[in-house]
Amino acid sequence: MNSPKVLVLRAPGINCERETHFAFERAGAAPSYVHIRELLADPTRLDSFAMLAVPGGFSYGDDISSGRVLALEMKSSLGPRILQFVARGGLVIGICNGFQVLVRLGLLPCTRGTLDEEVTLTHNLSNHYECRWVTLRTQKSRCVFLPAGLTLRWPAAHGEGRLVARDPALQRMLLDEGYAAALYVDDKGEATERYPHNPNGAPLGFAALTNGNGRVLGVMPHPDRSFLPTHMPNWRRTMLERGALPEDGDGMVVFREMVKVAKAEG
Amino acid sequence: MKAWRIDVLARPEQPDPMGLSALRALRSAGLDGVQDVRSRRGYLLGADLPEAQVRTFARAVLCDPVIDTFVVHAPDAAAQVPPRGTRMVAVVPRPGVTDPVAHSLQKALADLGLPVTAAGTYRAFDVRFAGDGDALRSAARKALANDVVQDVLLDALPAGLPGAAGVADLAVHPIPLAHLDTAGLEKLSKDGGLALDGAEMTAIQQHFGKLGRAPTRLELETLAQTWSEHCKHKTLTGNVRFEGRLIENLLKSTIAKVTHDLARDFCVSVFVDNAGIVKFDDEHSVCIKVETHNRPSAIEPFGGAGTGVGGVIRDVLGTGLGARPVASTDVFCFAPPDLAAKDLPQGCMHPLSLLKGVVAGVRDYGNPMGIPTVNGSVHFDENFVGNPLVYVGNVGILPTARAKKQARAGDVIVALGGRTGRDGIHGATFSSLELHTESEKLSSGAVQIGDPITERKAMDAVLRAADEDLFTAITDCGAGGFSSAVGEMAEGLGAVVELGNAPLKYQGLAPWEVWISEAQERMVLAVPPAKLERLLAVCAAEACEAVVLGRFTSDQRLRVEFQGTVHADLDLHFLHKGLPVRVRDAVWRAPKLAPLSLPRETDLGRAWLAVMGDFGVCSKEWIVRQYDHEVQAASAGKPLCGVKEDGPSDAAVLAPKLGSRRGVVLANGLNPRYSRIDPAAMAECALDEAMRNVVAAGGDPDYTVVLDNYCWGNTRDAECLGELVRATEALCALAMRYRTPFVSGKDSLHNEFRAGDRTIRIPGCILVTAMSVIPDVARTLTTDCKRAGSLVVLVGTTKDELGGSVYAKSKGQLGDRAPRVDHEVAHATLRGVARALAARCALAAHDLSEGGLAAALAEMCLGGRLGAAIDLDRVVVQSTLRAEQILFSESQSRFLLEVPPDRLDDLRANLGPVPFAVLGEVTKEATIVVRHGGADAARVAVADLEAAWKRPLDLDATLLSGGAK
Repeated sequence: MNSPKVLVLRAPGINCERETHFAFERAGAAPSYVHIRELLADPTRLDSFAMLAVPGGFSYGDDISSGRVLALEMKSSLGPRILQFVARGGLVIGICNGFQVLVRLGLLPCTRGTLDEEVTLTHNLSNHYECRWVTLRTQKSRCVFLPAGLTLRWPAAHGEGRLVARDPALQRMLLDEGYAAALYVDDKGEATERYPHNPNGAPLGFAALTNGNGRVLGVMPHPDRSFLPTHMPNWRRTMLERGALPEDGDGMVVFREMVKVAKAEG
Repeated sequence: MKAWRIDVLARPEQPDPMGLSALRALRSAGLDGVQDVRSRRGYLLGADLPEAQVRTFARAVLCDPVIDTFVVHAPDAAAQVPPRGTRMVAVVPRPGVTDPVAHSLQKALADLGLPVTAAGTYRAFDVRFAGDGDALRSAARKALANDVVQDVLLDALPAGLPGAAGVADLAVHPIPLAHLDTAGLEKLSKDGGLALDGAEMTAIQQHFGKLGRAPTRLELETLAQTWSEHCKHKTLTGNVRFEGRLIENLLKSTIAKVTHDLARDFCVSVFVDNAGIVKFDDEHSVCIKVETHNRPSAIEPFGGAGTGVGGVIRDVLGTGLGARPVASTDVFCFAPPDLAAKDLPQGCMHPLSLLKGVVAGVRDYGNPMGIPTVNGSVHFDENFVGNPLVYVGNVGILPTARAKKQARAGDVIVALGGRTGRDGIHGATFSSLELHTESEKLSSGAVQIGDPITERKAMDAVLRAADEDLFTAITDCGAGGFSSAVGEMAEGLGAVVELGNAPLKYQGLAPWEVWISEAQERMVLAVPPAKLERLLAVCAAEACEAVVLGRFTSDQRLRVEFQGTVHADLDLHFLHKGLPVRVRDAVWRAPKLAPLSLPRETDLGRAWLAVMGDFGVCSKEWIVRQYDHEVQAASAGKPLCGVKEDGPSDAAVLAPKLGSRRGVVLANGLNPRYSRIDPAAMAECALDEAMRNVVAAGGDPDYTVVLDNYCWGNTRDAECLGELVRATEALCALAMRYRTPFVSGKDSLHNEFRAGDRTIRIPGCILVTAMSVIPDVARTLTTDCKRAGSLVVLVGTTKDELGGSVYAKSKGQLGDRAPRVDHEVAHATLRGVARALAARCALAAHDLSEGGLAAALAEMCLGGRLGAAIDLDRVVVQSTLRAEQILFSESQSRFLLEVPPDRLDDLRANLGPVPFAVLGEVTKEATIVVRHGGADAARVAVADLEAAWKRPLDLDATLLSGGAK
């Protein structure tokens, strides 16, 4: 079985493309970088890929608001094409800034199948950027490649990560109907809105979203910085307890599952 | 120029973090009676845009449709009258200050198919406040703006966008020197901000006398930049008369000599490039550079620190034939953040504002660049009040085969990255002058504002071009701008430059301004003509602007033209070798200090809490968490560690090649307080501390390189220079013993502030940065205790060394003896501990530095949420000591280890002759119990130590409680 191809998007200010590329490679995929300028010049390039990854960073400096300028650049030609890509079975992941871009494009949560901005990722309640490891609990969601019931530690690193829906009813619906793919949880494993376990104050503890057909996933914390065992903050303790380093860090599951699904369907 | 003004604000039911943060800031600036603040993000668009299009743009781009609303003010509209009891504060950039968002606004206009017009930004706040307007304005100036780059308007919106710039003065301007005497030459230098002394001006006068012509303004500026202290290190490379000796070229005969004499085979390139290059594995090398950005940060901490980070990143990017930056390290020195307002000299920013501004500057440059900030420290001393220190460092990785560069005659000079503006003119020469009360006003031209995304695009372009082997040499535009970059690359060749090709931010720049501007984010490359087309294509693909600025020749001349008119025709030999050698006198006089007179400690627990709460010792988590320390996925040892990830780490551990566990351990050492007693002790302790940090984290002392970064008060003063010479000699002697070569260094030798008749001079500091290469990051350690039942082992001898200590400081004393390093023992200790840790004899290791045994043990316990029971009678001491002397002594060459009982014999075997003692054990109950003289001496809850340690610089909490001064 061939390695499924992943388009790793590059753009001015995107800065997590190398680790995202490496994590996919490690999971057995065949990633390649495509710069937004090349993709805009020929949007059909997307069609030869099984997966699309929009990595983290500060696209265009996150000027105006995070992901806004890149989303605007992509909106008219790439927005509908990615929608088709997803409808045809493509898988999409947006990490951190990539998540912000997908939200501004209307690809997440995309509850009505149209490109509307239903939610936003906005300024942390602390009003500043923060880098800290958080604990996530994956939900029973629509997402076809994020298994439910996992407790994962990933690093969050953002200034605009507070996921807010158009209104509280929609926020609740996103949870109830399986769009909220992962929540920030506290030491007891309960979803939380409280700092620091929830680093940005997102209502209901939202950390990740999927779309209607579960083929698009946006995550604020970074699986691309937690896929190796030595990425984990307490790997020395784990090594002491188990006598050896585990094979993977907590972020690896996403890349492995995406590749697994792509292979199974491909 | 008139403009549309668009205010975007969160809808009333939405939280407004920026408003809340402004509310806290106004309150902590001492403004009483503010009830509420709501923020507005303001945008300006050229008045030529029709209103319908302005609204379309606001709706589609400026406003977050989920949570925001917006208001459009017509170009001619007067500001709205705010409702009663509400005032509106607008913070607007001053004319000429770079607005990095403007480009994105214009791009967004184009992407939306709208006409592109002038654009800009501002911020505004609706403040519910019934008090005095002047008080509000003054608090807003302090808390919400920086006066140097921003203006504060009350109940008014900005009138419009900056208008078209003036007409450029394109004349050549010969500057006659022949008729001037030395005083006249010095005056000319001073009035022109050239920072050249009489001898240097005379050398220029003589050179042009022989040529029979006057230098042009651009030539004079070129010489001033190239000969500046910043670029040429005149003092350190000059000759010094010291204690009856003449030291020729101080740097060469001390620091560089160590490296040369040691001749370590892992040094690939030292002292010749932007950064020192060290072998990493068979294929790659790592390079490292640390420098200072003190001056710009004193005036405008946000822009100064940010562009410092940007500058050192470019240094690494321009090392060899392009290195990929993988990590940043930042070390700051400030006056104490609780300094009373009455003690703040006029013309100084309050240290708390400086600290916050510097941290924000590092954050907002480093994070968008995608380069993790992995290591650093912060130090406090009253004498940094006028001259804060901002050290910025960067590590890169490059193929060893591309470690050398050489431009060739015929190569094209390509400038790429940011555009040139008036920013930072005279930065290189400014850094050689004394700061004083008026500096803020006089030097605002030296302020630089960063634009990290432009630098990121330049980095992406350079690294892609490097992979394709498209250039023969590269350097960054730092101090002196094009003049230094092109001048350096042309050495041994020659160059012709057409300045008219340089893309400008705005019109109106004179040719000499283009030539020496220190506008950020620019790189200069030497490109073989056959590869030019491909290089320009790569830059275009990466959205990075690139132009041909000229070519390298072989005539040993630097010719600079502007639209065909020659503005400079300089002999390169004179430019690079014509600088007269400086001779300075130096003398060492030990300061007259009172010996310590500390009464017997009556409450060890309280003293312990006071030491943990010292600004130098306390947690820096508030700072650390604002930096991205995880990007690039190389992190294997983080700035914070332990079960709750809040304990301090000694060093950063990185595996910079994805897929390989080979790694780098990075740490630093600095203690300015020791310098007040003896600069030699300060220098030795800095090196020993940097080495201890590296070793404690699992680094290899036999594969470690170091960097020396000097910041001194005023080396024109013989006593001050004497301190520097003394410190340097002590540092070099110890480095020879450790066999650690210096691979890079930098100096900032004029850190003195004049306030009225008072001169405040910083304590001389040498920051030592240490970098070790290790085979496997999975063999590194952290400082947090892992398991109850482990043994607590103290390696090294504890002496009566409280002079300069945090404990003495907490009692208001300094002392007259600082800790010294016993070379023999220190080296054996570093190697013995490294051997023991490599053999996995310990579960945790921590170096003992500020706060001594007490601070180290507390930090290990709080990281692991465990306790310890120790007996001070077991400590290896040099003489009989009291409990507080053992707990708080800052004797060097000591480590605290957590050792499993069954590993003790192995530890002993590995340590060999190095003294150590088992003090007790790690306990499950999170309390530290101390016995001394056969009796209980102290019992302290780890939670209390943690609280004392976390409180002082937890600025979010401090501001929330309105407790900041």
